[in-house]
Amino acid sequence: MPMSASQSTQPKPCALEVHDLHKRYGAHEVLKGISLTAAEGNVISILGSSGSGKSTFLRCLNLLEKPNQGEIRLGGQALNLSLNSAGELEVKNRRELENMRARMGFVFQNFNLWPHMTVLENIQLAPIQVLKLSRQQARERALALLERVGLADKAKAYPSMLSGGQQQRIAIARTLAMEPDVLLFDEPTSALDPELVNEVLSVMQGLAEEGRTMLIVTHEMRFARDVSSHILFLHQGRVEEFGSPDEVFNHPTSERCREFISSHR
Amino acid sequence: MLGEWILALSEWLLTLTQGQEPWDAYARYLPRLMDGVWVTLQLVILSGIAGFLLAIPLALMRIARSPGLWMLAYAYIFFFRGTPLLVQIFLVYYGLSQFESLRNLGWLWTDVLSQPYWCAIIAFTLNTSAYIAELFRGAIQAVPVGELEAAQALGMSRRQQYQSVVLPRAFGIILPAYGNEVILMLKGSALASTITLMDLMGATRGAIARTYLSLEFFLLAGLLYLLMTALLIGAFRLLERVYNAHQHATHLSVKKLDAQLRDEHLEQQVK
Repeated sequence: MPMSASQSTQPKPCALEVHDLHKRYGAHEVLKGISLTAAEGNVISILGSSGSGKSTFLRCLNLLEKPNQGEIRLGGQALNLSLNSAGELEVKNRRELENMRARMGFVFQNFNLWPHMTVLENIQLAPIQVLKLSRQQARERALALLERVGLADKAKAYPSMLSGGQQQRIAIARTLAMEPDVLLFDEPTSALDPELVNEVLSVMQGLAEEGRTMLIVTHEMRFARDVSSHILFLHQGRVEEFGSPDEVFNHPTSERCREFISSHR
Repeated sequence: MLGEWILALSEWLLTLTQGQEPWDAYARYLPRLMDGVWVTLQLVILSGIAGFLLAIPLALMRIARSPGLWMLAYAYIFFFRGTPLLVQIFLVYYGLSQFESLRNLGWLWTDVLSQPYWCAIIAFTLNTSAYIAELFRGAIQAVPVGELEAAQALGMSRRQQYQSVVLPRAFGIILPAYGNEVILMLKGSALASTITLMDLMGATRGAIARTYLSLEFFLLAGLLYLLMTALLIGAFRLLERVYNAHQHATHLSVKKLDAQLRDEHLEQQVK
């Protein structure tokens, strides 16, 4: 549900809480205990140099990667995680996992649209199958979302006929069609030609202004500074800096964060 | 070798132009040959479809993590790809009758399992399903992992992921190779004549036994097989155009696209 900024006087309920998340690949520990709390309507940009674990962190949140340790709460509700034989955390009940993923939208760097379906079919598939909407309802929702990302005329097109920027906007619409509580963006503009980046960022800015809870892994510094409510700076699998954009960009306390910010100006 | 063939061919052409005998024989036996064509087509189409349907669970078993499942599928595929089709046909036709319990099945035995027609279809289905399952296995693994992750991230169940994304994508990928397999099947189906089935090959041999015009009838049979192959190639090309429409869309020039579907960036590149 969209919330306006004027309600910020009251403490907002927690949309997403992560506690002490660890992820190892063999002996190499990529995430060394990351905690994060996102209140409803927070837009948190996750920055860091490559290899800092930011994409892994995001993918662990909806269990596309299995973390080795930690706790995840979505809307105040903790996920039932248990260790498997490989020492990774898994959701025992697949239904619970599917439910959680349906409430947590994920936008990929490479869009990952299904090439054998038209744009409309891409968007309406999950609402029909997972949310059990009728074909008609799903179609109306999809068309409204296409309108919103500025691609109403592409409903019948195949993804391969669209530019990267258009494909990413479709992918965002596909995610929004599930009406998720939290949106995760994994470097949504990194695979795009520079001139196509802005059309995607402006859609994302609109979502942020709507009061949606968003976690964004990005290299777009200007966007992170202008749109985020918080910045999370990761370094070698640890939270090196967390604060408002002003704090992180203008008065970083960590040396590494300062270096990173100045080198990306 | 080649010289002999040319000699034989010209001899045959000579009879065709000079004598009336082959023409009379053709006119007399063509209806039977056409019946044979129909039987051949039935064998290929039925076993092509049944083999395809059987291949899907086989391929899924083949990539299953449980050793019991994948080893079973592996053994099946290994056997049917590793032994001659003719041996498999004989095993089904002559082998099934060795089982007392099968002979007591009533109509299932008298009308199906003891009939050469169904024995051929069973053997072809088992054989082709092994090949198609291997095609499917490769295609399932070739579906980009990101497309699967997209389905997972939307909360789709594993069944839904396979039904809507993985299998339809894999089908699009194997379609050309599947067409090839059906054409191989068409030619392999000539072996059905060895168990007394009057397919095209059986009908041809019947005509030759009565007329002794072996060269003439084998050439005609070859021509009919060629026509059936052409038919299948055309059918698969059509199927590919319809099913893999998304691949062909990009091959159209921008100008030919529906104006609504044109992409500004592509247009700029064209100008």
